[in-house]
Amino acid sequence: MVTSLLVMKGIVKRFPGLLANDNIDFEVAPGEVHALLGENGAGKSTLMNILSGLYVPDAGEILLRGKRVTITSPKEAIELGIGMVHQHFMLIPAMTAAENIILGLRSPKEPWLGLAEAETRIRALSERYGLSVNPRTKVSELSVGEQQRVELLKALYRDADLLILDEPTAVLTPEEAESLFAIIHRLAGEGATVIFISHKLKEVMRISDRVTILRHGRIIGTVVTAEATSAQLATMMVGREVLFEAFPKSGGGSTVMAVKNVTYVTAEGKKALEGVSFDLRESEVVGIAGVDGNGQSQLARIVTGLLPPASGRIELLGQDMTGKTADCFIRAGVAHIPEDRNKMGLSGDMSIAENLVFKSIDQPPFSSLKGFRLHHAQVREHALKLAGEYDIRSAGVNTFCRNLSGGNRQKVILARELSQTPVVLVAVHPTRGLDVGATDFIHRQIIDARDSGCAVLLISSDLDEVLRLSDRILCIYEGKIMAELSGKEPDLERIGLLMAGKGAEE
Amino acid sequence: MKKIARASFFPVLAVMLALLIGAVLILIQGKNPVLAYGFLLQGALGNKGAIAETLVKATPLIFTGLAVTLAYRCGVFNIGAEGQLLLGALGATWAAIYLEVPAFLVLPVSLLAGFLAGGLWGAIPGYLKAKRGLNEIINTILLNYVAIQVVSYFVTGPMKEPPGYFPQSAQVPQAAWLDKILIGTRLHSGLILGLVFAAVVYYFLFHTTYGFSVRLVGTNRDAAEYGGINVPRNFVLAMLLSGGLAGLAGSVEILGVRHRLMNGIASGYGFDGIAVALLGNLHPVGVVIASVFFGVLRTGANTMQRAVGIPASVVGIIQALVIFFVVAAATLKDPSLLRLGRREKGEDKAC
Ligand SMILES: Nc1ncnc2c1ncn2[C@@H]1O[C@H](COP(=O)(O)OP(=O)(O)OP(=O)(O)O)[C@@H](O)[C@H]1O
Ligand SMILES: [Mg+2]
Repeated sequence: MVTSLLVMKGIVKRFPGLLANDNIDFEVAPGEVHALLGENGAGKSTLMNILSGLYVPDAGEILLRGKRVTITSPKEAIELGIGMVHQHFMLIPAMTAAENIILGLRSPKEPWLGLAEAETRIRALSERYGLSVNPRTKVSELSVGEQQRVELLKALYRDADLLILDEPTAVLTPEEAESLFAIIHRLAGEGATVIFISHKLKEVMRISDRVTILRHGRIIGTVVTAEATSAQLATMMVGREVLFEAFPKSGGGSTVMAVKNVTYVTAEGKKALEGVSFDLRESEVVGIAGVDGNGQSQLARIVTGLLPPASGRIELLGQDMTGKTADCFIRAGVAHIPEDRNKMGLSGDMSIAENLVFKSIDQPPFSSLKGFRLHHAQVREHALKLAGEYDIRSAGVNTFCRNLSGGNRQKVILARELSQTPVVLVAVHPTRGLDVGATDFIHRQIIDARDSGCAVLLISSDLDEVLRLSDRILCIYEGKIMAELSGKEPDLERIGLLMAGKGAEE
Repeated sequence: MKKIARASFFPVLAVMLALLIGAVLILIQGKNPVLAYGFLLQGALGNKGAIAETLVKATPLIFTGLAVTLAYRCGVFNIGAEGQLLLGALGATWAAIYLEVPAFLVLPVSLLAGFLAGGLWGAIPGYLKAKRGLNEIINTILLNYVAIQVVSYFVTGPMKEPPGYFPQSAQVPQAAWLDKILIGTRLHSGLILGLVFAAVVYYFLFHTTYGFSVRLVGTNRDAAEYGGINVPRNFVLAMLLSGGLAGLAGSVEILGVRHRLMNGIASGYGFDGIAVALLGNLHPVGVVIASVFFGVLRTGANTMQRAVGIPASVVGIIQALVIFFVVAAATLKDPSLLRLGRREKGEDKAC
C-alpha cells in the first residue's frame, strides 16, 4: 500500500452546543481524487476548514507526507501546499484575475508589483491544466465558472498540490461542470491530489477514486468508488434507503397567475426576456428547463415583484399585479425561494428564528397592536416547530444563520416559504446544495404544496429535478420560451435541443 | 449571564489595551502612570461633585451614542451626530426663548423642537441615501460643517443676545431648565431622560416590528427588499430618529447645563458618540456604560493634567485607541463590519 499523503487522526471540533467533527479519522492517498460525501451539516466543510487553517481543531492530529503538522492559519496551509476553493468565492470583484491571484504574496521584484511576470506564470499554469481565464479581466466581469477557475489558479500559483474543492459544481452549469471534471482529471494526471465535496452522487461516481462518507460528524466509512453503487453511497450517507420514487402527475385546475408577453431589457441593453407568456394553474408544477443565464433570474424576480418588467403584464387571480411591490406579491400569497440564498434569502447576522418570520413579522401571532409589538415567545415557538418539521440542524433556533451549513440555510428558507401555505410558489434551484435525503424531502414538500392547491413555478438547471416534479415543462433559451411539453413522458432529446436553442416549432 | 460576559469581552479588552498603551506614553514622559491614572480616577469619581460632573458629561454621550447605534443597526453610518446635536441645541433654544406657550409646556416643547431639528438634519442624508444612493458617511460629515456655520450665524445674528457684545443667545427662561437632581452640583434630570431613552431605543430595536425591520435592513439589505420591506423608507426613518436623538443631546446640554446657545457647544460629543456606540457593542445598555466611561475620561483628564503634569491630550489618545481596538476586535468577530456601506453584502463563511 502506498503511504498516505494526508492522515487526519481523531479530529474533534466543537461549536457552542454542537459537535461538528466527532473523532474523525480521514486519510488521502497521493494523486487520488477523494470525494467527501455526507448530509447537510455532517461536518464536511468544517473538516476541510480545519485542513485549510480556518478552524483549529479541539483535538486530533494531522500528518502530511508522514510528518506531523499543525495548521493554525490559511497562510500555513498554503505553505504546506494545501489550497482550498470555498463554495463562496473569496475574490475581490474590482480587481483583475491576475491581481487577485497574486494578492497577499510577496512580489519577487519588490517594490514593484511584478504583474507582467505573474501574468506569464498564470498563462503557463492555465495552459498546463486547461484553466482558460484571461488574467487581465476584472473578476466582476467573469462568469461563475471562470471565477472558480481563478480560485483554482490562485491555489496552483501558490504551488498547492493538495486541492480541496468544497461543492464546486453547485454553482456551475452542466457545461461548466464538465470542463471542471476535465480539469480535475488533468490535475490528478499531473500529480496533484484533489478532495472533492459534492452532494451529486452521479458526479462522485464519475470523478472520484475513493469516497469517504460522513454522518452527524462521524466517519461512516471509506470505499473504492469503482466497487460501490450510488444507491449504496446514498444509504451510507443518510442511514436509510433513499427511493426517488416518481410522483403522480397532476392535470392542474384554473389559472392562478398569468404572465403575458413579458419583456425585460438589462441595463446593458440586452434583452433578457422576450415576449414570455404562460399560465400557472392551481395544483400544478410548471418547470422551466434551460441552461442558467437564459433569463431565468429575471423571470423569477419579475413574477415575485422584485423587478418591474419592461413591458407585459402579470396577473394574479385575475388582478393586475404589474408594477406592484414585492410586499404586495407576498401579501397576495406568492412565495419565493430565491436563487442566491446568502445574498437574498437570509440575513446571516440574524437568528434562525428571526429569519423564519421576517416575511410575516407584522402579523399575529408574531406581533400585536397592528404589527407594533413583537412577541419573541411566539417567534421562538414557531421556529422550534419548523426546525423540527424541516430537520434544520443547528445548536438552537437562536443561532445566527451565518453559522449554519449550506444545506441547513436552504432549509430555513424553504421552511419559511412553504409554511405560509402559498397560492403561488416560485422555486429557484430549490435543492441546490442539498443532500439526497433533503432533496427528496423538499421534493415531497413541493408536491404536497401542489396537491393542496398551490401553483408552482420551478426554475432549475438540474434537469432531473425539472423532470421529476413538473406537470408541464417550458424550455427557455435566450429569454424566449421555445416550447411547452407535457410533464408525462417528455421527449428528453427534444428538451436537450430546445435548451440549446434548436428545434423550436413555427 | 454568559451572553453578557461574551458581549463585554472585546470592549473590556479594548479599554485595557488602550490604557496600557496610554501608560507607556505617560512613562515616556517620565511620569508615573499608576499615579496619573489614580488622579484621573480621583478627578472623575473621587467625591460627590466629581461623580456628578462625570455624569453631566456622560448625559449627552448617552444620546449621541444611542443615535449612532440606531442608525448603525439600520446599516447607516451616521458620522453627523455632532451636527445634529448642534441643530438640536439651536431648535431647543429657539423654542424655549421665542415660542409662547404656557410655562409648564416650555420644557417639553423645547425638547420636542430639539428632537425635530436634529431629526430633520439627520433625515437629509437619510433621504439622499434612500432616493439618490448617495453615501451617508460623506453627507453627514459635510453637514457637520454646515451645522457649525448655521449655529454661528444664529448666535451672531438673529438670536444674538441684546445688547450684543458676545456671540451667544439670550438665556433660556427658567421654566425650560432641566431640574438639578443633586444639590450643589450641575447634575440635572437630563441623565434620567437619557436612561429613559436608552430603554425606549432598546424596546424599539428588539421588541417592535419596526425595529425588527431596521435590523433586517441593517444586516442584509437585499434580504429586506426580498422580504417586502421598504428599504429606502427605513433609511429615512432610522436617520430621522438617529438625528432626533442627537438633537436631544444638544437640547439637554442647553436646557440642563449651558442655558444658552453659543459656538462650540457640541465639544465633540457627537464624534465621541460614535466611539460610545462601538464600545457599547451597538446596544443601548452598552451605550450607557460606555458613556459613563467616556465621562470619566473627560472629567478626570484635567485633574490628571494638573496633578501630574501630563497633557490632557493623552486622554484623547486613549479615547482614540479605545475606538481603534474596538473596531479591530469587531472586525475580527465579524468581517462584514469592514464592508459597511458597501451595497453588496454576500456571505463570507464557507459551506
Ligand atoms: N462557525 C460555526 N459556529 C457554530 N456552528 C457551526 C459553525 N460552522 C459550522 N457549524 C455547524 O456545524 C455543523 C457542520 O457544519 P458543516 O458546514 O461542516 O456541514 P457540511 O457537512 O459542510 O454541510 P453542507 O453540505 O450543508 O454544506 C452544522 O450543524 C453547522 O451548523
Ligand atoms: Mg458545506
